[in-house]
Amino acid sequence: MTPISLEAMAASIPDGAMLAMPPDNSLPSVALAKALIRRGARGLRLVGVPISGFATDILIGAGCVSEVNTSAVTLGEAGFAPRFTEALKAGRITIRDATCPAMHTMLQAAEKGVPFMPLRGLIGSDILANRPDWRVVESPFPAPDGSVEKITLLPALHPDVAVFHAAMADSAGNVWVGRRRECATIAHASRRCLVTVERVVEGNFLEDERMTPGAINATYIEAVAVAERGAQPAALLDEYGFDTECVLAYARAAKTAEGFAEWCAEHVFGGQRAAAE
Amino acid sequence: MSAAAGYRSEELLAVCIARLIRAVPTRHIAVGAASPIPAAACWLCVKQGDPLRLSLLHKRSGNPFTDGSRELFDLTGQGRVDLFFLGGGEIDGQANLNLIGTGDWPGTGVRFPGSFGSAFMYYMAGRTILFREEHSPRVLVQRVAHISAPGTSEPGVYRRGHAQALVTGRCIFHFHPERARFSLASIHAGETLESIRAMTGFDFDVPDGVGETPPPSAAELALLQGPVCDEMLETYPEFCRRVWGRSRAA
Repeated sequence: MTPISLEAMAASIPDGAMLAMPPDNSLPSVALAKALIRRGARGLRLVGVPISGFATDILIGAGCVSEVNTSAVTLGEAGFAPRFTEALKAGRITIRDATCPAMHTMLQAAEKGVPFMPLRGLIGSDILANRPDWRVVESPFPAPDGSVEKITLLPALHPDVAVFHAAMADSAGNVWVGRRRECATIAHASRRCLVTVERVVEGNFLEDERMTPGAINATYIEAVAVAERGAQPAALLDEYGFDTECVLAYARAAKTAEGFAEWCAEHVFGGQRAAAE
Repeated sequence: MSAAAGYRSEELLAVCIARLIRAVPTRHIAVGAASPIPAAACWLCVKQGDPLRLSLLHKRSGNPFTDGSRELFDLTGQGRVDLFFLGGGEIDGQANLNLIGTGDWPGTGVRFPGSFGSAFMYYMAGRTILFREEHSPRVLVQRVAHISAPGTSEPGVYRRGHAQALVTGRCIFHFHPERARFSLASIHAGETLESIRAMTGFDFDVPDGVGETPPPSAAELALLQGPVCDEMLETYPEFCRRVWGRSRAA
């Protein structure tokens, strides 16, 4: 397995692609989000699995995004996501609101190769009222007491590209995400899967009983790029923590378009030379 | 809260929630994103010796889920979560929650972050404690602008649980799903029935004998400031710094 460069990986994602990304607590590739900003990506449709965080907000701020399909966009303890909020208000992006288990369920249907899966809850929520792609039916299986249950069917969701940051890749191109198995779900459900990693190690995770449960088979992985500290300011498993100070500083800067542009100049374009090496 | 009271508002609210947890037999609690005060309440119960299983979604080391972030929802769907916590940008008198925003859909006035797992967890958890520190007419409204998750459901919709109570910075309400109304349970120090009414946008019932919320005990405060804060530093560093002035060793 030969890694490609981060910039080549970003170049392989076409404008308009539907990109599935995990949020800040589950291995987002902030490095690839920054590379997409540098390449000037446009019209991306982001899928939050199941919510969206820092990487989504910077992509929106840089004008890379046309639509977000997610259950929330948040910076966690740092509060509301400022560029998302501003872009939505200005009408530059569309949001398709969901609820967390609905995002998982739509991706699980895609994993299984079936057209839809049912999910309880939802009925009586305005989320459902605003999702014409979701259908309420009477369950064909009556409850033990004979009563009929109304239940919602959610269509399979097949993102064009799954994007996340793994701790490592091995010689065979398998990647290791520890307990963050939602990365496996989006890898399985998406047509392509692009993974940034901290490092590449010798060997094969699938031949090591202790590594296998946290591994994703190379079958699903199209390409790997090395990006050290590529999840930051989000955390990476037990390797490094969430950088609260950095995200608080971002939240303050990104309150205005000018502040965001300055933040980008320093943190996205300022690091370009180092990232490309 | 004032220094004269001898405790912080966050500490009183954590103790209020801990008492509501203990009021009903509880084996397993799940705590979602951005919920430091409910998390503190759960840890307080644990440190007081309650045999609770806590599943903290955002705990980095020792996170309880081994099957990805969908596992929380799967096990709640099975009925394995007795208690969950939810808040809302708006909460109305029928316990409907709005995490979407104000103005037209999808929040053309003020946009909130989004609904998270509420449109599933509110139905499927054994019960839910609602928590919102800000108690004002803009939060506690007659009718929410949009329903992320409804307080009650029509027949034919599977629903395991409802709101148990709503804890705010001014009082505690209990919720009665059979009549879809809140009743006042206790009033925090410094508030009156009149001040609560003035700051609440919805109608609620007032039973006889509503009293003041008991303050935290010295033992509860010691646990919150010591062992509870120790457990929270990794997941809620900003909260621990703001409330207890403590930071995690680098």
